[in-house]
Amino acid sequence: MKKLITLTITAIMVAVWSASAFAADVVVYSARKEHLIKPLFDAYTAETGVKVKYITGKAGALLERIKAEGANTSADLFITVDAGNLWHAAEEGILAPINSDILEKNVPSHLRDPQNRWVGLSVRARTIVYNKEKVSPEELSTYEALGEAKWNKRLLLRTSKKVYNQSLVASIIADKGEAETEKIVKSWVANLSVAPFSSDTKALEAVAAGVGDVAVVNTYYFGRLLKKNPALPLDIFWPNQKTSGVHMNVSGAGVTANAKNKKEAVKLLEWLSSDKAQGKFASLNMEYPVNPEVKPDPIVEAWGEFKGNPMNVSKYGEYQAEAIKLMDRAGYK
Amino acid sequence: MSLKNSRNSVGIRPPAFRRNIFRLKSPAWFAIAGALAAASATPLLVIMSYLFSPQQEIWSHLTENVLGGLIFNTAVLLACILPLTAIAGVGLGWLTGACDFPGRKFFSWALVLPFAIPPYVFAFVYLGIFDFTGPVQSLIRNIFPSAEFIDIRNGFGVSTILSLAFYPYVYLMSRSAFMTQGRTALEAARTLGHSPAKAFFKVALPMARPFIAAGLVLVCMETLADFGAVSIFNYDTFTTAIYKAWFGMFSLASAAQLSSVLGIIVLVALVTEQKMRSRMRFTEAGRPNNTERLKLSGPWKWVAFSSCALMFFLAFALPCFKLIMWGLESIDSDLSRYLEYGLNTFLLGLVGATLTIAAALALAFVKRNDAGPLMNWATRLATLGYALPGTVLAVGIFIPAAWLDNTVVGGLKELGFNATPFIQGSLGLMIAAYCIRFLAAGFGSVDSAIQRITPSIGEAARTLGATGTALLGRIYIPMLRKGLLTGAILVLVDIMKEMPITLMMRPFGWDTLAVKIYEYTSEGEWELAATPAVALILVGLIPVLLLTKQMDK
Repeated sequence: MKKLITLTITAIMVAVWSASAFAADVVVYSARKEHLIKPLFDAYTAETGVKVKYITGKAGALLERIKAEGANTSADLFITVDAGNLWHAAEEGILAPINSDILEKNVPSHLRDPQNRWVGLSVRARTIVYNKEKVSPEELSTYEALGEAKWNKRLLLRTSKKVYNQSLVASIIADKGEAETEKIVKSWVANLSVAPFSSDTKALEAVAAGVGDVAVVNTYYFGRLLKKNPALPLDIFWPNQKTSGVHMNVSGAGVTANAKNKKEAVKLLEWLSSDKAQGKFASLNMEYPVNPEVKPDPIVEAWGEFKGNPMNVSKYGEYQAEAIKLMDRAGYK
Repeated sequence: MSLKNSRNSVGIRPPAFRRNIFRLKSPAWFAIAGALAAASATPLLVIMSYLFSPQQEIWSHLTENVLGGLIFNTAVLLACILPLTAIAGVGLGWLTGACDFPGRKFFSWALVLPFAIPPYVFAFVYLGIFDFTGPVQSLIRNIFPSAEFIDIRNGFGVSTILSLAFYPYVYLMSRSAFMTQGRTALEAARTLGHSPAKAFFKVALPMARPFIAAGLVLVCMETLADFGAVSIFNYDTFTTAIYKAWFGMFSLASAAQLSSVLGIIVLVALVTEQKMRSRMRFTEAGRPNNTERLKLSGPWKWVAFSSCALMFFLAFALPCFKLIMWGLESIDSDLSRYLEYGLNTFLLGLVGATLTIAAALALAFVKRNDAGPLMNWATRLATLGYALPGTVLAVGIFIPAAWLDNTVVGGLKELGFNATPFIQGSLGLMIAAYCIRFLAAGFGSVDSAIQRITPSIGEAARTLGATGTALLGRIYIPMLRKGLLTGAILVLVDIMKEMPITLMMRPFGWDTLAVKIYEYTSEGEWELAATPAVALILVGLIPVLLLTKQMDK
């Protein structure tokens, strides 16, 4: 019994102690993985002396945590991937609008919240990758056309549970309406060679092995895989060049409504959008910088220029729930 | 007789009289049990309270398009995993616990080792080996260029892999049951002319039933709560649907509704399991005697050897080999970090397991002393957290904790104090969450062990004047040592493997190996995840080896 009491007391003391260690210069809750964000925080600390404290986790769970913490939250900045997640965080009221000329200058308007509650920090193009030995680029045209009969048993997709696909479908709904989109998604499902994959990388490897011929993936997964194994017979195709443009998503951030260190958070955000940080931010994961002044990594640049979809990325959030229901109805697992 | 039917024993020892003998004097015990049950049930109730904010539109979408498939998929998993783990766990437990054959000593501890490997690691390793581009299919295509691609991402594939991860629960429990079973009963069966097989099915197996059942209940709950492995296989279950409703449709209410359905399924399972064995009372008869093992002869000893060897290969050697190969491929220059993560992982497990077992013991002790319907429901509620997906449970804990914090801080501020919240984001809250999640894992083995202490021991101690804490400290705990230790180590390793709660609730700077594995696997970088996975297995091996050492004493 004594032991039990001692242990309980110790646990409480440890809890109190760890809570009192909260004071930091900026506190970040990040859904972007540690290895894709820590080098930047380290650079920022080295440059300004401001310490950045962070935890990483799933976007939805971090969001729920900030909501539950309410006025007492220790989060100053919320970093997450996917515009839908950013849109939703803003809708939930956990992000405060920021007025910053620097951010307005550095980040194009379609990659920002119309009400300035969040900004994109890197662009992720979701495009088509094909097997060079089995497909000639002339056969390809648009995302929608992947539902044509000629792709029967040749298409590979990642699961519809991944937010990137939800945003892709959401953008098609915003563009073409629900009924039309449902037809397109159904035609994709009919063309699948095997059940959807849990990761872009696995889908790409399957294209390389010949399980299917084309896949829809984010470009950085393609970059990573080729870095590891340059011999793979894969190439990138930029779809929808004559129509809506390549589907663009962002990873981004917003300052929390109850931030204790609001000024510092805005400063960090501005720094992340600056040319100093943008190159590094994007190249860590072979993404595209949001700042038009900054060139992408040479490997990324080699994939060529393309027309991106100019739709405001906040639309993905608006139509995300619709997109999920539609994919469920279409039998897209 | 080692197995008593309480209906038959009514005449000898009337229930009212028996309960009287056992009644604890101090109501403090009941207060403790009540508080524990209430604390554990809180997150569940928070989640269930969302039932009252219905999201009609999303809910009707889910029932129309999704629910049927989910129930089917989840049923397939349970229908495959429960028999697979039962056969493997009980069979191997019997072989290493009660029989003698070449290699028995090695296998008796080696077969526990897979317990150190988390199910999500099993999933990505096995997919890495057997999927389209893995070495096995590549080899097949090299030999037969026209060979078809084989997709292992289906219910049977997932079930097989999860069974490799979960069989140790049944193995550990049944092995310790077979080992501590009195030899006398078995010998009596043999002298009555039963063959070894018949003695096993008629005597040893029924005697081990509470242990096997406890192991299977854990397997069932682990299966229902698993998120990592099924999502790597893109196999839809309740858990994946809960995540989708929440993170995709941003409807915590729908997620909570799905969780409640899951909770109800588990309650039904628990009640059924308890009904099934409620008519029996299990007591230990005779002294455990390890020297008289059943000698397997001729071909049987080789059958035993090869089944053990096959399981060891599939559930431990092969995945470890693959992880090490991947780890070497992508070796990190900064390995020292893993020391810190490993230490965090171990410390959290140790503190969490100690507290959880203390709670489980208190609960089981009180339940033993008054097995009324109220206590039964309290323990069921208290152990339900195990079946809920970790993230859902975490939210159920976080919401009331944050509320409490904000109320206290707000109150103190009104009084003029400058207070900071001290519960949310604290280590204490995370450890409490572990306790709530894994209470079932500890409770199962503690409770089964308590059930085997004969009432007469308690009665004797009582007539000698030992009551309450003295009864617990001087009689029960020493007799329960094995059960307690098994429970503690189950919980310890479970906490170290745990991912969603750690992700959601850890304070700054408390990253664990599981967190690192999540960060890499969620990006599809399985090779990079191999290094923290190997580290996690190494850390997990320490308690697992301790466990097997203790069990053989």
